[in-house]
This record gives sequence, C-alpha cells and structure tokens, in this order.
Amino acid sequence: MTFINTLIGTVAFAILAPIVGCLLAGLDRIISARMQGRVGPPLLQPYYDVRKLIDKDDVTVSGVDGVYMTCALVFTAFAGGIFFSGGNLLMSAFIITMAALFFIMAAYSSRSPYAEVGAGRETLQVMSYEPMVLLMAVCFFMAAHSFNVGDAFKLNMPVITLIWPAFIGFLFILTIKLRKSPFDISTSHHAHQELVKGTTTEMSGKTLAKVEIMHWCENVLFLGWTGMFFLWGGPLSIILAVVVALAAWFFEIWVDNNFARVKWQLMLKSAWIVALVCGGVNVVFLAML
Amino acid sequence: MTLIAFLIIFPLVIAALLLLVKGDWPRNIIVGISAAVIAVASILLAVQYLGTSHRLFEFSSAIVDYVGTAISIAIAAVIISFGVKYKNKLATALAIVQVVGSLVYEFGFAHAVHEPAGLYIDSLSVIMALIIGVIGSGICVYALGYMIDFQAHEPEGAKDRRPTFFALMFLFLSAMFVIVFSNNMVWMFTGWEVTTVCSFLLIGYTRTDEAINNAFRQIIMNLLGGIGFLVALYIATIQMHTISLDRFILEGLMHPEIAALPVCALAFAGLTKAAQMPFHTWLLGAMVAPTPTSALLHSSTMVKAGVFLLIKLAPLFLVCQVPGTMVILIGGITFMLCSFMAISQTNAKRVLAYSTIANLGLITACAGVGTPEAIWAAILLVIFHAAAKSLLFLCVGTAEHHIGSRDIEDMDLLFERMPRLARFMMLGIMCMFIAPFGMLIAKWATLVSFVETKQVVLIILLAFGSAATFMFWAKWLGKLSGIAGRPQNVEMTVHPSEWISLIVMAAIAIVACIVLPIMSHTMVEPYLVGIYGQLGQDISVDNLWISSILAVFVLVVLFGGVNSSKKKRVGVYLAGVSTDSDTRTYRNSLSGESIATSRNLYLDSIFGEARIRRTGEIVCAIVIIFALVASGVVPPMFY
Repeated sequence: MTFINTLIGTVAFAILAPIVGCLLAGLDRIISARMQGRVGPPLLQPYYDVRKLIDKDDVTVSGVDGVYMTCALVFTAFAGGIFFSGGNLLMSAFIITMAALFFIMAAYSSRSPYAEVGAGRETLQVMSYEPMVLLMAVCFFMAAHSFNVGDAFKLNMPVITLIWPAFIGFLFILTIKLRKSPFDISTSHHAHQELVKGTTTEMSGKTLAKVEIMHWCENVLFLGWTGMFFLWGGPLSIILAVVVALAAWFFEIWVDNNFARVKWQLMLKSAWIVALVCGGVNVVFLAML
Repeated sequence: MTLIAFLIIFPLVIAALLLLVKGDWPRNIIVGISAAVIAVASILLAVQYLGTSHRLFEFSSAIVDYVGTAISIAIAAVIISFGVKYKNKLATALAIVQVVGSLVYEFGFAHAVHEPAGLYIDSLSVIMALIIGVIGSGICVYALGYMIDFQAHEPEGAKDRRPTFFALMFLFLSAMFVIVFSNNMVWMFTGWEVTTVCSFLLIGYTRTDEAINNAFRQIIMNLLGGIGFLVALYIATIQMHTISLDRFILEGLMHPEIAALPVCALAFAGLTKAAQMPFHTWLLGAMVAPTPTSALLHSSTMVKAGVFLLIKLAPLFLVCQVPGTMVILIGGITFMLCSFMAISQTNAKRVLAYSTIANLGLITACAGVGTPEAIWAAILLVIFHAAAKSLLFLCVGTAEHHIGSRDIEDMDLLFERMPRLARFMMLGIMCMFIAPFGMLIAKWATLVSFVETKQVVLIILLAFGSAATFMFWAKWLGKLSGIAGRPQNVEMTVHPSEWISLIVMAAIAIVACIVLPIMSHTMVEPYLVGIYGQLGQDISVDNLWISSILAVFVLVVLFGGVNSSKKKRVGVYLAGVSTDSDTRTYRNSLSGESIATSRNLYLDSIFGEARIRRTGEIVCAIVIIFALVASGVVPPMFY
C-alpha cells in the first residue's frame, strides 16, 4: 500500500530529518569556519539557536506568517515522506514546490519592502531551478522506467550510468536549492546587507524557528535526491548513495565559501541554460535509446 | 434525449424573452430561475448518462437543416452589416465567402448524404454539458449584479444594452450545447458559427473604438477558422460520404490518407477558436468586454469549444502524422511562450488571459499526442481550468469595481477591506498551478504522457513553461497573502448575486479537487474506454488520494486557520521610525516623511511581449502553413 507507506514515511521523516539536518547544519558551520581559518561554533549550535527562538515571545506583523510556515513544514515533511518511502519522485518534487510557495507567501504577507524583495527573488530562484528538477525526474523515469524511487533497487545498474548529464545539471541547481552562495540571493545571513534579511526580515520567534527546521529537512531531502542517482541492485547500494550525497554536500560548502553572490539575471540565465543543455541533451539521448 | 433537446431549446426561449424585458427586477428573476433550471437539467443529464461511453440518437429533420441554413444567412447578415457600418472590408469579405460557401454546400452537396443519427451523447459531452450548464449559467447570474455596477460606471446617457447582453449570454449557452451534442457535423458547424458571432457582439458591447477593433479582430480570426471547418465539411461529404462525426472518425482511422486534409482543416478551426498562437490576440482583445463576458469566453464556452473539437479528433491525430504534429507543436509553443509573457503583465485580466491561452495550449498539445493517457490529462485540464478560471475572473471583476483597478500592484492596500474576496482569489490561484490541486495533477499526467510517447520537444517546452507559471502566479498570490489575516470583511456593497456565484464557483473548484479520483473513475474513464477500448491511468489512485487529502488540508488552513492568530501585532521594519505602518511611511534622515515602496518583478527585459510575441506568431504561422500544404498537396507521399 503506497498510501500507508507514505504516511509512515512522512512521520518518520518528520522526526528524523530535523535531527540529521540539524547535525548537518552544525557540521556545515564548522567546516565553513575551518575553510575560513576559524574554529567555528559547537556542533549543536544550530539546535541551541532554534531552541532559543522557540522560547521567544510571539510577535508578528501580518498575523498569518506563522500559519503559512506551518503549512510549509507539513508539506516538506510530506515531500520527504513520499521520497524516502520509495514513492513517486515527481510527486515529491511538486509537494516540495508547494512548501517553497508557502514560504514565499509567509515572506510576502508582512508587506515589508525588504521581505517583498526577498520573496520576489525567492520566486525567481524557484523559477530558475524548476525546469532542471522536472527534467531530472523525467530522466530518472526514462532510465529506471518508473517514477517510483523504490524501483531503483530493481535495476542492474545505477541510473547515473545513463543520466550523468542530468546529474551535473542537478548539482548546479542544488546550489540554489541549498541556498548556498553564489545563488543565495533571496536572503542573507547578515542583517547589514542591502536586503536586510530578505525573506525572513519580519519573522521572529517560533516562525523563524520553523524556517530553520524547514531548511534542515529540505537539505536532507535534496541530499536524498542526490544519492538516488547511485541506487541499484539492493539496499546495500544505499551506502554508496550516502557517501556520494555527503561528497556533493561538501562540494556545495566549498562552492559557498569560494564564490561571491551573483545577480538574479545571471542566476536565471545560467540555470536555464544548464537545464536546457544537460537536461535537454539527456532527455533526447534517452528517447533515442 | 428529451433533456438534450430541453438544454438546447430552453436557453433560446429565455434569450428571446430577455430581449423584451427592460427592468432590473424581472430580469433578475428570469435569469436567476432559468440559470438554476439549466444547471439542474445538466446535472440530471449527467446522472442519467453517467458512465455512458457512446450513444447515438436517431434524429434527423429537414426543418432543422433549413433552420441551420437560415441561421448561417442571419449570421452573415449581422457580420456584413457591422462590416459595412464600421468599414471593415476583410471581415465583410470573409463573411461573404463563408455564407456563399455554406449555401453552395447546403443546396449543392448536402442532399447527397443523409445522416439519421443527428445527436449523440458520451461522457465527454456530459462533462462539457456540466461545465456549460453549471459554470456558464453561474456566470450569467454573476452578470446580474455586475452589469448594474457596470451600467452605473458608464458615461451619463449611455445606451442601456443589457437586454441584448443577457440574451446573447443565453444564446451562447444554447449554441454550446448544440456543439457538444451534435453528431451531424453541419449542425455542429451552425453552433460553432453562432458562438463566433455571439462573442463578436459581446466583445463589441460597449461600442467604443477599442471594443469594435478587438471584436473585428476576433471575428476575422474565427471566420478563418470557420472556413477551415467548411472545407472539412466539403471534403467529408465528397470524399468520405459522411457528415456524421463518429463515422468521420471511423473512416479517418481506416483511411488516414484521405482524412489528413479534413482533419487538418478541422484542427485549424479548433486552433483558432482555442486562441492558439498566432491567433491568441483575439482572446487578449476580448478583455475590453465586461468581465462576465471574459469569464464566459475563457472558462466554459468559446475556447472550450475549440479544445473540445481537438479532443474529439485526438484518435485521428494518432494516425494522421501531419495534423498531429501541427497540433502538438502549436500547443506546446503556445503554452511556453504565453506562460513567459504572463510574467511581464501587471494587469490582472491580462495575466488571466495569457494563462488561459497557455493552458489551452497544454490541452491542445495533449489532444495532439492522442494517447489515452494524454486525453485523460486533457479532459481533467478542461474541467479544472473551467472551475478555477471562472472563479478568478469573477473575483477580478468584483475587485475592479470596488478598488477601481485591475492592476495586481494595487491588490494589497486597497484590497484590505475585502479579505473574504482575497481568500477566494487565493483559492482560485492555488487551484490553477500548485500541487495538490487538480490542475497540477492534470499537468503531471500531461508530463507523464509526453514522457511515455517520447515527445522530447514537448517535455522541454513543458518544463520551462511550468517554471514560468510558478513565477507569475506566486507573485500575485504573494500580494494577496497578507490580506487574509485581516479582521472581518467590511465590504458590504458587493451584490448578493455576485457572492452567490463566487461561492458556487469556489465550491465547484473545491469539490472537483477533492473528488478527483471519483470523477476520473465515473466520468473520464468511460470516455476513454469508449474511444480507445482501454484506460490511460498514468497516476496511481493512491497518489490521487494523497493529493486529495493535502488539498483538504490547504483549504482548511486557507478558510479556517489564517485569521485565528492571537499573537502580538507589531509594525513593519523600515530602517527608520515608522509613522504609519500600514502605508509604510517612516521618518527619514531629514526628519521628513518617506514612503517605502516596492514592486513585484515583471522581468520585462527577458519576458516582455515585444520580445516574444512576434517570434511565436511567426513560428506558429509557419507550422500551420506547412501542415496545411503538406496534408493538402502531398498526402500520398506521407503514407
């Protein structure tokens, strides 16, 4: 029963993904600090930050941003649940887009000029990566003859052997999805930049905590998508998938630390060209097989 | 069959009655009651024929044929009189060509074939009847209140043409019923032309220069399509010896080399009516009409007649490569380019128009692919598009009368007093483009069917087009997202008839999303079985139910959760001391007051009409010309 599996998967993802994501976020900060010649915070610093946010008073501008963020969290959990229970990859991609939409709405709802600019740019980010995500799912289908992630275990060879161009394209947009520089244009980690804080300018307390947790879960899901390219044969291949996902993640941190933020025009154009070249060529190639 | 006859004749009678009625109150009563009657009758029809795959009715009558001829002459007379009055030579010439063509056909060729089964019903006509009968007549009810405000906004002493307006609306419904129930293609053609001339008159309603120009643009494009239909009738009669739609399709499947040209001509007619590039400008121009007209044209009639014909022809596109490829390419290109152009629009009605054209493009592309999976997606797209788009048009119409603007940028502050309307609008927008609502499920099925048939070009067009779709809807939704949290609705001047139809449309959109799996099983699948003998289920029922549950969740949040916040409210941060948080006014460094403003991104330099429109029109025109020539001149070479 897909239906029951999805529900179980969603609950499991909702519990486990924040833990894994939180640890990854802590590691991220330590690795980044080392790359910059600093020591960095303790591993659990992201957890301490979020716990502190949850203890704060509830203050809001619009009164609805908290509700929208709850929706975003729920949809992220569903997207993760669908994916990690071996469900439909396209469905997972669509539902995570829904989560992104609710995050955008939460940002817009304050009607702060800074948040609106951030939300507009976040929309651009979604538009930039969406073609590649769809083409990646299509390539997966054409290689594995199913949209179901679980069916990858029935293959004789991992899909990467057939869809490595799509994988390269996916790594490119993964930078946008993980909100890493040079494509972190919708929000900034520092309040003094031109955006103030972009999307999250008017969010505080529990709402901001939800944003953090959502990002942790998203990161886990996207790394899961990365690993999916390397699944085949049996569950043992998961080990390889995890190793590759972690390597991709390390690569993204390296990119984050070595490239300056670009303007949206460059992001949109480069992401679409990459999608057209890597995704398009791969789809044509698979169709001719 | 009684019900079918009733659905065709009853709106005609009401139309005649409305022409005579001048007062507001009698009109309100007549329109209200007859709209309810039509809606109930179409629901009864749906219940009676639920699950019917295909059924012909023995019905033929020389009188009906003559009435059809008389209508053709009347239509030509109307167009020619307008053409002469406003000195439009092209429209006059086309109308003359068409009326001569149909008279020659009627008296020269029509007697050669006799069609005993004039009417039919299948699950697709049932679905269309529900859309026309429920959504279409709901829009007529909405128009009651809207047109009172509209007349009040007109300049002093403007002529009150509302009797004609409402008569045309009902005539339109009747003509649509003729199109979806006629097996006799000559009758179908008559209905086809009536919808063309009705929308001509509705678009030109205000008689301003702009309205007249746009009405003529519409009539010229659709007369071209009508001539295409007529050409198909000639060939079907002379070469295939039939004017029956089901025989035509059967013959075509057996002899694709003969059918290529008539199928291409019919597809051309469908493309013009469905406002595909390069004919998309007539639908954009139709915006000058009062909003109920736009709602009617976009959601339940006119353009839906175009895609209805294309879906009917879908099995033939599988065997006739040339018209099939033409339809696929035109649909795919139109979907992507119109989604791009929608990004650059600030006018809400224009955004809606572009989105309509784009979605019709998607339906067209699905019809061109022609597999059961693609047709499943196409029919669901028709249903959800009708429900969501009518809701959106009605919302924009009401908003326009109350905030005095149809610009999306104005939809934040001015809208604050109408959180309920904002929520309906948000519902409509979400239904249009986001999982887990029906439109997206249909798009998903579309993608799957493209992948399974290895339509590489379509996959790429769809991937980029969908990304653009996200952009233009999300930024509009964002403008509205803050309003939903405002305290109660304080806007009292919206007419009750407008609220009633808004609520009906919203209910249809919601119910359709939730019962999607059931609807697919009871209404769409019987049609596919009837045509293809097999099902095209490409999304598992489990996934449909997951979507259905998520849709309920979003709806509960949207209508239940958003205004219950008890949190402490604070003003917005403006990098200075705020003096008025609502208008975003703050004290600047010179102790004066500044207002912080921001606009959404419209990316005109990348997605502007100026850049895209011309390219799209040229490419699509070349495709159409090539296809017509290829299927007309050299069909034997292709088979």
